[in-house]
Amino acid sequence: MIESLFSHYTYVLVFVLLGIGIYMVIASKNLVKKLIGVNLFQTAIFLFFISMAYIDAEGASAPIVPKDGVPLEVMVASPLPQVIVLTAIVVGIALTAVGLALIIRIYAEYGTLREDTLREVRADE
Amino acid sequence: MSSVDLLLPLLIAVPILAATLPIALGLWVDRTGWTVAGLTTSALFVGAIALASVVYTRGEDVTHRLGGYSPEFGIQLVADQFSMLIVLLVTAVATGVLAYTRRGGPRGNTFYTAYLLLTGGLLGISLTGDVFNLFVFLEITSLATYALVASGDGPEAAVASLKYLILGTIAASMYLIGVAFVFMATGTLNMLELAEAIPGAESQTLIHTGVAFIVVGFAVKVAQWPLHTWQPSAYQQAPDGVTPLIAALVSTASAYAFGRLIVTVFGVDYLTAVPNAAAVVLTIGCVSVLAGTILAVIQTEVKRMLAYSSVSQFGLVIAAYGVVIAGSSETAFIGAAIHLVGHGLVKAGLFLGVALVARSYDARTVDEYAGLAKSRPIAAGAIAVLLLSLVGVPPGVGFVGKWYIALGAVQSELWPVAAVIFLSTMLTLAYAARLLEKMYFTPSATAERPHAPAPVATDGGDAGPDDSGAEPAHDEPGAAIAAIRGDRSAAPVSTGMVAIVVLAALGAVALGFAGGTIAELLDPFLTEVIN
Repeated sequence: MIESLFSHYTYVLVFVLLGIGIYMVIASKNLVKKLIGVNLFQTAIFLFFISMAYIDAEGASAPIVPKDGVPLEVMVASPLPQVIVLTAIVVGIALTAVGLALIIRIYAEYGTLREDTLREVRADE
Repeated sequence: MSSVDLLLPLLIAVPILAATLPIALGLWVDRTGWTVAGLTTSALFVGAIALASVVYTRGEDVTHRLGGYSPEFGIQLVADQFSMLIVLLVTAVATGVLAYTRRGGPRGNTFYTAYLLLTGGLLGISLTGDVFNLFVFLEITSLATYALVASGDGPEAAVASLKYLILGTIAASMYLIGVAFVFMATGTLNMLELAEAIPGAESQTLIHTGVAFIVVGFAVKVAQWPLHTWQPSAYQQAPDGVTPLIAALVSTASAYAFGRLIVTVFGVDYLTAVPNAAAVVLTIGCVSVLAGTILAVIQTEVKRMLAYSSVSQFGLVIAAYGVVIAGSSETAFIGAAIHLVGHGLVKAGLFLGVALVARSYDARTVDEYAGLAKSRPIAAGAIAVLLLSLVGVPPGVGFVGKWYIALGAVQSELWPVAAVIFLSTMLTLAYAARLLEKMYFTPSATAERPHAPAPVATDGGDAGPDDSGAEPAHDEPGAAIAAIRGDRSAAPVSTGMVAIVVLAALGAVALGFAGGTIAELLDPFLTEVIN
């Protein structure tokens, strides 16, 4: 059990990061920090994808098949998760941008970024 | 006929590309947005009908490989009997709601851009055959929805939208983690290849973990209790013309995707063997049915009430999926499919009706609906038909869906589920009847209607541009408020807007009669996926 944790330490780190991200979303009162938490959460998933494609073997390399190499015989990391992560990063950036735009609007309307103050201001109106 | 499969990428690419046009053309010409969006959605509707006729008459799936890559690496688009139902619903509702927004608003080129992006994303969810591609389309849909919700007037809309964004992103990420686990165990992302690889995969623990994450992710996306919290405020704060589209389609597409994963990717037989899968899905569904209805009954705002009603109606669909898993019940699956389409149409119609009433009287709470049947008989009649259809009074479409789901539950001998479904019908009646009672049996004079310039429009049918008869009503406080708010009294309800609500009501009844036909259309798909 302990041994497998050590040999798969990246997975452990990834899920710790996942936990930190979701904890920030839940516990932080600041809306910007919440969004950073969401980003952290997503980044952990990207790292999860990347680390699962990693090959720890002799002669293994990045997914570039050399000119003289025979495809399917050269030992390379799977390119599919990397493509996935590339796409997911783009999606994540778009979400962050929309989220920040909304936060700017909330700040302009209510003059606060704190969730608890925001709730009070809205309750007063 | 080999070119039929080209319709699949076109259905997705055309709206997304056309989404750039309103903004680009808006630099030179004013008011192009509606024309572009109208042409695009109508073309999509025609395309969907053409595709549906091929799929249903030939009885075989239409598939397209994007870029010609093999399904192992590339993305496959698939149109089969199940997905075509949703494609037809999406294109039909998108066209109808767009027709409403011509007079009903909101307008502006950016609105039409987001509208087309949303349509493209929804069609993508319906047609994709790749689990990661599904994630991307879920996010495109969500992004467009966040923007549309935030375009509501008032600062509350931004807060509702941000709440939705954070919860929606985490839900989609949960789904992505699930995909990661399944991918880790099988090494493929194509739905059909996954279906073959999953039962024989080496590490079943990975797949079980993936299933758990996917269920949680979709429970948020479909707005199941207690993860529904984003949904009521998002529906309430969105502009009136946008809510019908979001309420009818966004959660429906997510629920469809969940069903697709259950029957096509994991397979009913496999999930039956997964410990607790059926129990968890059934519990989520049944609890949401009850919690959603109870929350709906205690609401005072009509839009919020209908939003909570969506929680319970989608609970029915999820419970039906649970019955499918637990009892391999074809009947329950037919019920889920019919209920998805029926609920989408009914909710679109109801929210359009609500938008109509809000526009003419600024009435938003249940109490303010008093006497609506007198002042707007046609609109009130359409709303009443839609409400009864939602409750499940035959021949409305709500009845057919619930009937099949309940039948499936009884056939599988899941008595608690059957009990919940019958109970939910009565509870649905509880909130529907409140609105019906206000509209038909409470005279408008007795209720307080501070915003209502009551004597203005006398009939739903003829309130054309000549409704400038509203002007004298300005000495009333409500009309004054409306005048300050802007175009409310200046832009009245047109005949076309009422006609669309009536059309939705007629559609809901017609679909009720077509229940058996839908079941027949789904039959080839079911025999394929459920043994």
